[in-house]
Amino acid sequence: MDWGTLQAVLGGVNKHSTSIGKIWLTVLFIFRIMILVVAAERVWGDEQQDFVCNTLQPGCKNVCYDHFFPISHIRLWALQLIFVSTPALLVAMHVAYTRHEKKRRLRNGEKIDIEELKNVKLHIRGPLWWTYTSSIFFRIIFEAVFMYVFYYMYDGYQMPRLVKCEAWPCPNTVDCFVSRPTEKTTFTIFMLAVSGICMMLNLAELCYLVIKICMKGPRKTT
Amino acid sequence: MNWAGLYTVLSGVNRHSTAIGRIWLSVIFIFRIMVLVVAAESVWGDEKSAFTCNTQQPGCNSVCYDHFFPISHIRLWALQLILVTTPALLVAMHVAYQQHQEKKLLVLTGHADAKHMEEVKKHKMRIAGSLWWTYVCSVVFRLLFEAVFMYIFYMLYPGYQMMRLVKCEAYPCPNTVDCFISRPTEKTIFTVFMLVTSGVCIILNMAELVYLVVRACARRS
Repeated sequence: MDWGTLQAVLGGVNKHSTSIGKIWLTVLFIFRIMILVVAAERVWGDEQQDFVCNTLQPGCKNVCYDHFFPISHIRLWALQLIFVSTPALLVAMHVAYTRHEKKRRLRNGEKIDIEELKNVKLHIRGPLWWTYTSSIFFRIIFEAVFMYVFYYMYDGYQMPRLVKCEAWPCPNTVDCFVSRPTEKTTFTIFMLAVSGICMMLNLAELCYLVIKICMKGPRKTT
Repeated sequence: MNWAGLYTVLSGVNRHSTAIGRIWLSVIFIFRIMVLVVAAESVWGDEKSAFTCNTQQPGCNSVCYDHFFPISHIRLWALQLILVTTPALLVAMHVAYQQHQEKKLLVLTGHADAKHMEEVKKHKMRIAGSLWWTYVCSVVFRLLFEAVFMYIFYMLYPGYQMMRLVKCEAYPCPNTVDCFISRPTEKTIFTVFMLVTSGVCIILNMAELVYLVVRACARRS
């Protein structure tokens, strides 16, 4: 079970999304997940090995690394991407449930082509509209929460070149050097920018759905 | 055979599960197996190479590591996930057996054409009769395995927290030696995360059990 399987699972949901939703999914897979897998993981690959402290004291490096990097950027991004892509499964479950209900009702009546039922695209209205809107809302919340967690843990998003460590068993204050700080800062800003774009796409999709339902509303009453 | 192979095998079982069973399977694959593969394995990747002891005594490092980590978290989670997902195969076997019986019946009554055979394969089995008992057994086994592994984790690594420093006195270490564990905070975060998802799965399994029992009682009355 890896990113490829997640793509297969979410690809199915794509059929019932709005156009903005499809763009969002593409941005997620190409500019975030793919960048994470092909580039960012290599940049952070040697983060602990090449974290060098100016001391021979055994254990000091481990303790300092743990103190300054409680959870690595790569793991935080992996968790963020998993949490952000999962609300789409709520929509998939709702669609599957709606189809199941239709099949049950039609089985009692006349016989229809089951394969055709599978391929028909469901319109986003009624309870599916609420599920879809909730899923977008949760996506936005998760993105915001993770951006805040990043900011809180690594103030300012910039990777420092040097950290001064005083944790036991380091003697007095020890200088520790982070590996590839500029490259890490570049990727952090890139992932942050794409995260921002995804949030804007989600907000746009939310507005689009609300406007669509408001426009349909007055037409129904006339 | 890897996690993707297991996913293919279990996706087939999905069709005959209840709605709660499908949610449980999604939680297992996305929040446990996927997190294990893409995140947790790299956190524990350097657990032995970055385990540093404050001594130059050869062998002390290995002995202390082995003393404090008899079996690594990653291996325990992999075993837990395999054992917890496998009872679903009992259901798959029972469904295959029932489909085989239906096909034999079709052959005996002379309806053994391709269309009827395909319909036997495609239609969803209702969870009633002996299939209900098999399904309930599989849920009970899942619960049992989850609980046993959570207990094993608690016994091996009390409190679920990863310590930063362990004091080791095993031979050949001279007297008492300080040993430092790599990434203890990140490991604690992931241990707590996997524990919480394990708890969520236990709750889902209990809910599914209650649902099946209530449904069976409602049918009978």
